[in-house]
Amino acid sequence: MNGTAPLIEVEHLTMRFGGLIAVDDVSFIGRPQEITAIIGPNGAGKTTVFNCITGFYRPTVGRLLMRGDRDYLLERMLGHEIGQRARVARTFQNIRLFPAMTVLENLLVAQHNKLMLASGYSVFGLLGLKRYRAAEEAAIALARAWLERIDLVAAADRPAGELPYGAQRRLEIARAMCTEPRLLCLDEPAAGLNPRESAELNQLLVSIRDRDGIGVLLIEHDMSVVMNISNHVVVLDYGRKIAEGAPAEIQRDPAVIRAYLGTDDEAIDG
Amino acid sequence: MDPRLPRMLKDAALTVLVAAALGIFIVGFRTVDVGSRTGLSFDYHFVDLGVALIVIFFGRLGLSLAATGLRWPAIALGIAMIAAGASPMKLPSGFLHWFVTLGGVLLVIRAIWPWADQAIVAAARTPTGRVIDQIGTRWLGWLLLGLAIVMPFTPFADQKTMDLGVLILTYVMLGWGLNIVVGLAGLLDLGYVAFYAVGAYTYALLSTQHGLGFWVVLPLAGMLAASFGVLLGFPVLRLRGDYLAIVTLGFGEIIRLVILNWFDLTNGPAGIGSIPGPTLFGAVFAETAPPGKQTVSEMLGIPFHGIHRLIFLYYIILLLALITNIFTQRMRRLPVGRAWEALREDETACKALGINPTNTKLTAFAVGAMFAGFAGSYFAAKQRFISPESFTFIESAIILAIVVLGGMGSQIGVVLAAVLLIGLPEWFRDLGNYRMLAFGIAMVLIMVFRPRGLIGHREPSIRLHPVAPHPVKSGGSG
Repeated sequence: MNGTAPLIEVEHLTMRFGGLIAVDDVSFIGRPQEITAIIGPNGAGKTTVFNCITGFYRPTVGRLLMRGDRDYLLERMLGHEIGQRARVARTFQNIRLFPAMTVLENLLVAQHNKLMLASGYSVFGLLGLKRYRAAEEAAIALARAWLERIDLVAAADRPAGELPYGAQRRLEIARAMCTEPRLLCLDEPAAGLNPRESAELNQLLVSIRDRDGIGVLLIEHDMSVVMNISNHVVVLDYGRKIAEGAPAEIQRDPAVIRAYLGTDDEAIDG
Repeated sequence: MDPRLPRMLKDAALTVLVAAALGIFIVGFRTVDVGSRTGLSFDYHFVDLGVALIVIFFGRLGLSLAATGLRWPAIALGIAMIAAGASPMKLPSGFLHWFVTLGGVLLVIRAIWPWADQAIVAAARTPTGRVIDQIGTRWLGWLLLGLAIVMPFTPFADQKTMDLGVLILTYVMLGWGLNIVVGLAGLLDLGYVAFYAVGAYTYALLSTQHGLGFWVVLPLAGMLAASFGVLLGFPVLRLRGDYLAIVTLGFGEIIRLVILNWFDLTNGPAGIGSIPGPTLFGAVFAETAPPGKQTVSEMLGIPFHGIHRLIFLYYIILLLALITNIFTQRMRRLPVGRAWEALREDETACKALGINPTNTKLTAFAVGAMFAGFAGSYFAAKQRFISPESFTFIESAIILAIVVLGGMGSQIGVVLAAVLLIGLPEWFRDLGNYRMLAFGIAMVLIMVFRPRGLIGHREPSIRLHPVAPHPVKSGGSG
């Protein structure tokens, strides 16, 4: 761990669904300009942690402190406010683009709040004022810059639903980045990608970390992605945090090996 | 002989059996009240039933033939049926002639459809086809607009046609208004007519009781309807899909029942009469002016004619409809419009992007309601009499059908669907009750051949790259 100030502090996060404890007293820290990976077997509660951070679930217990222009307590905010004010963006495990809208439109919708303000809640926009035109051009420029980074400029006017799978994954990340977030939460971005696409994704994520300087939380099953690019790894199993540390330490951690390989207890303990 | 023929015959016979079992009670006999002593007796219609069953037998056989690729026999069968229907042979009712003919026509259409389909696809690929296609998508709207503007000055602009034009344009406007809610924002609203009623009663009450004019009330009616939209929207817009549809349906009925029962305000089922019509710069459309007013014919120095009022009404609704359209087109290119469409596509993703779903839905609901309010106030001014009967659920259903059949979100599709769904039943008024049958058939045919609506194509609200064969349009902000 290095010395930069934390961006998000997850403290004692617990999420209970009736009798089921999906996340049990999990604490960790995400820092700016770092990729924090959350790994664990299926059903370990990784996506539940994300859903709590991004406001889709309200945690049963715990504090989620997000730093920005001021401190935000995410557990007290409404779903859309977390994106709008605390500037946490996310992608989904099963891609959630706006399939009938074009690639460019997808990226413009992501800049909704900024454009809405510039269009004077549509009044200036309806009148066709210059102020809105300029804001829209700036939004298109940002979208174009992201299309260049994910190599989709040529497909800008195609419906997003027609893109190949890998391109949809990249577009979803670009769309999240167009909200100009401080923290980007990626839920299995490499799922379903071939090795070449997966390597490209690594580059994209590293560039987001280093060039855009934001914090990234990453849920991933693909260990090549996790080990190559993450700075810090948190391991969950059955809703509990079983290990935390640098990728190289995690690879050797007996508890992690046990959780992943299912080796029986005696072999490790003995 | 085709080896598949016995199976097809058996299938047709089975269909006839089912039809007979159902039809014997519906068509076969009817109870007749023959007087006080004997009560009811039966009136038999077995010839009708027999003819219907024969048509069903050959129709089903023809459909199977067409489906297995034996198109020529199917076409021959269809033509034979048309000939039989058109022949002077004596059938118990005129409708049976129609029934036989219609069966034949449908059969022929089904048989030649694969060819027609291929021909259309092939024609669209030729250079001329492409040009026509582009003219169609680019200029169809302008063409229709031009037609609509010159219509009152064409020779066939008689009373009946003008009335029909006004009616169609009213539904076009309502369709465009609902298109914002259903087509763009994806909120299934089954109670749209409620806002139409609010607009109509606003004008009717303010004009008859407070003497306010049409042009003053028009914006008020829009605003009031929009506030009703927000009022309804607040509690219910958390609901999704079917649940929202049910609640809006209920809201539509509640408004109608309130109007029906709030006798002191709305005069209940008797309705409100002698509502003043819209004025042209203060001048009224009438033969003799009320005290202190001027008639339009006096103002313009032309002899009075009843059609002038109709032409005026026609242009008002044309203008209102155009305003609705231009407003919607502009909104679509603004952040709100894009957020509406994004909400229709995926609400969860919208939330993750920091878009407030409730506010966005509310604006869609309010804007849609506002246009219904305008249309309602126009309706009251045109009819000069309104009663709760004009605002029943079937109106909401027809407007929704126009939007869905036109192709959700397509502006030109709404126009085509309104012409088809409102125009056709009016033109076929001679068919009597059977025109609703024609209405149903038209709907089924659209759904079979164009499942995504008449115009299923979505034009992007913005482009990064201009469309290749045409130079960039100015003002496209790209």
